[in-house]
Amino acid sequence: MSNGKFGIHGGQYIPETLMNAVIELEEAYNHYKDDPEFNRELTKLFNEYAGRPSLLYYAEKMTKDLGGAKIYLKREDLNHTGAHKVNNVLGQALLAKKMGKTRVIAETGAGQHGVATATAAALFGLECEVFMGEEDTKRQALNVYKMRLLGAKVNAVKTGTATLKDAVSEAMREWTSRISDTHYVLGSVMGPHPFPTIVRDFQSVISKEIKEQCLEKEGKLPDAVLACVGGGSNAIGAFYNFINDEGVRLIGCEAAGRGIDTFETAATMATGKLGIFHGMKSYFCQDKYGQIAPVYSISAGLDYPGVGPEHAYLHDIGRAEYVPITDDEAVNAFEYLSRTEGIIPAIESSHAVAHAMKLAPTMDKEQIIVINISGRGDKDCAAIARYRGEDISE
Amino acid sequence: MRTADAFNNKKAFISFITCGDPNLETTEELLLTMEKGGVDLIELGIPFSDPTAEGPVIQGANIRALSTGVTTDKIFDMVRRVRPKLTVPLVFMTYANVVFSYGIERFVKTSAEVGMNGIILPDVPFEEKAEFSEICDKYGIDFISLIAPTSEDRISNIAKDARGFIYLVSSLGVTGMRSTITTDIGAIVEKIRENTDIPVAVGFGISTPEQAANISKKCDGIIIGSAIVRIIAEHGENAVPYVYDFVKSVKEAILNT
Repeated sequence: MSNGKFGIHGGQYIPETLMNAVIELEEAYNHYKDDPEFNRELTKLFNEYAGRPSLLYYAEKMTKDLGGAKIYLKREDLNHTGAHKVNNVLGQALLAKKMGKTRVIAETGAGQHGVATATAAALFGLECEVFMGEEDTKRQALNVYKMRLLGAKVNAVKTGTATLKDAVSEAMREWTSRISDTHYVLGSVMGPHPFPTIVRDFQSVISKEIKEQCLEKEGKLPDAVLACVGGGSNAIGAFYNFINDEGVRLIGCEAAGRGIDTFETAATMATGKLGIFHGMKSYFCQDKYGQIAPVYSISAGLDYPGVGPEHAYLHDIGRAEYVPITDDEAVNAFEYLSRTEGIIPAIESSHAVAHAMKLAPTMDKEQIIVINISGRGDKDCAAIARYRGEDISE
Repeated sequence: MRTADAFNNKKAFISFITCGDPNLETTEELLLTMEKGGVDLIELGIPFSDPTAEGPVIQGANIRALSTGVTTDKIFDMVRRVRPKLTVPLVFMTYANVVFSYGIERFVKTSAEVGMNGIILPDVPFEEKAEFSEICDKYGIDFISLIAPTSEDRISNIAKDARGFIYLVSSLGVTGMRSTITTDIGAIVEKIRENTDIPVAVGFGISTPEQAANISKKCDGIIIGSAIVRIIAEHGENAVPYVYDFVKSVKEAILNT
């Protein structure tokens, strides 16, 4: 891939003010990505701070209950800070430090990326400001507190739908006003080049480990890898090292919200069309005049009207499949995995669990499904209780 | 008529308003009154749901305009009606997705048909512009390039390939009023001059006649958006005389420098 294009997708659709900043970032990344010292430091952080490698756990009860393919869970929820987000954040924070930046900013939806960024900022001694939609600060109040506890400033974004897309817009605006000392730690495989590539590379440790662990446990590759997709960072991380393994189905699970035939959905592949937004060409939920749609999902982390450009490309060439999962299906899966395996998954990851519940029974017992449990669900318990009509205080 | 005509033998005063804020009828009146008040070129903002280069004032205008049901087609119709009554060049200012979703060629062709002279897309930098600018060249629409205080070694490439005028962004950050502008405008203009004779207009943050007069000494024209949009936000449909007074005061300040 050259010039940050994935087929027709990607690119750098940003104000001129930011162009030298992304060029500087690309040069720094190209320098450090193959630097042995940088990689030694990052591996040490992964292993001794984040708790990698994360487990590949055989979900025996779930497998027996569904009566089909063997199900493995990639336990990204066991990482420090409780989600896959920390992989990318440690990489970018280390890069920012090497670049001489003293301040990081980030957007966050569910708050996992914000918490991870605040964590890395505390560890590296960087000033940190996080932009979060006001709506999400209410849905994820605990994470707001955590970010503040870690020393970050949290800005509630009131514009637009006051969710993830507005947080991204506001973080971009902030970056244009303060560039020289500030690195924007983008949390997903989206935005202008080189972010989709950088974030994918840091997250690809997920599929590298799945491959090794699956070969070790089963002596063969999985038949399908499932992951939820908002912007798509945990999914691309779980897919990347399998892209050339044609026999491995790669399935991204999008948030359908109340259904893809309603306006209350965030399923970009199912309902979006080609467009240009947030620095990239990709698929976006939008009206016929190109106005970005006010999307909806119960999951703050998937509540985004676009998808990363590499996913758009994998969709175009048919290498990955993308399926919509409704709020109801995700909530059922959230409860199912908790009850069956004693593992409370993030509501985001529950979208992938929900699809596995449909897919596994259609497959043979010799076949293997890996579900990427991208995060843990503690943060979602109050909201899911409310969804079920039970009002608990956090 | 070309956008560069605005700079003939004078410092150009370029104004910006968002189409449909508070409604398209008022937009039409505002265009006529701004020309009467001495504006030399008008930027017509086509509202976008998520204007990432704008500060709160113009973000507000975008939201107000969209909430009235304004669309790209309705804006084309408005320009078609008002164009014969105006003599100044007109350029659209909007975001890549508004043009892309309409179909780039269809958008540019229609723009030329209704009498537009140029287009500014703040989220399309030099590296991505060919997809838009080649079609603009074909239909005689100037694809306006922006240069920022951070552009540095990018200036020569951008300047050499510029059309119409160069939009020099005065400061870091988004659009909006600033009490002071600290960028060395003169030095950037000089660097642009080494590469092109195309006029340079400075925008972002200019809000008073005094600022306009001072900045205009260092370049070929000044652009005012948020200060005008704020008047419209305050007075709504009754904004026309207030905008006239403001525009006139800016024009006089520039003329007297």
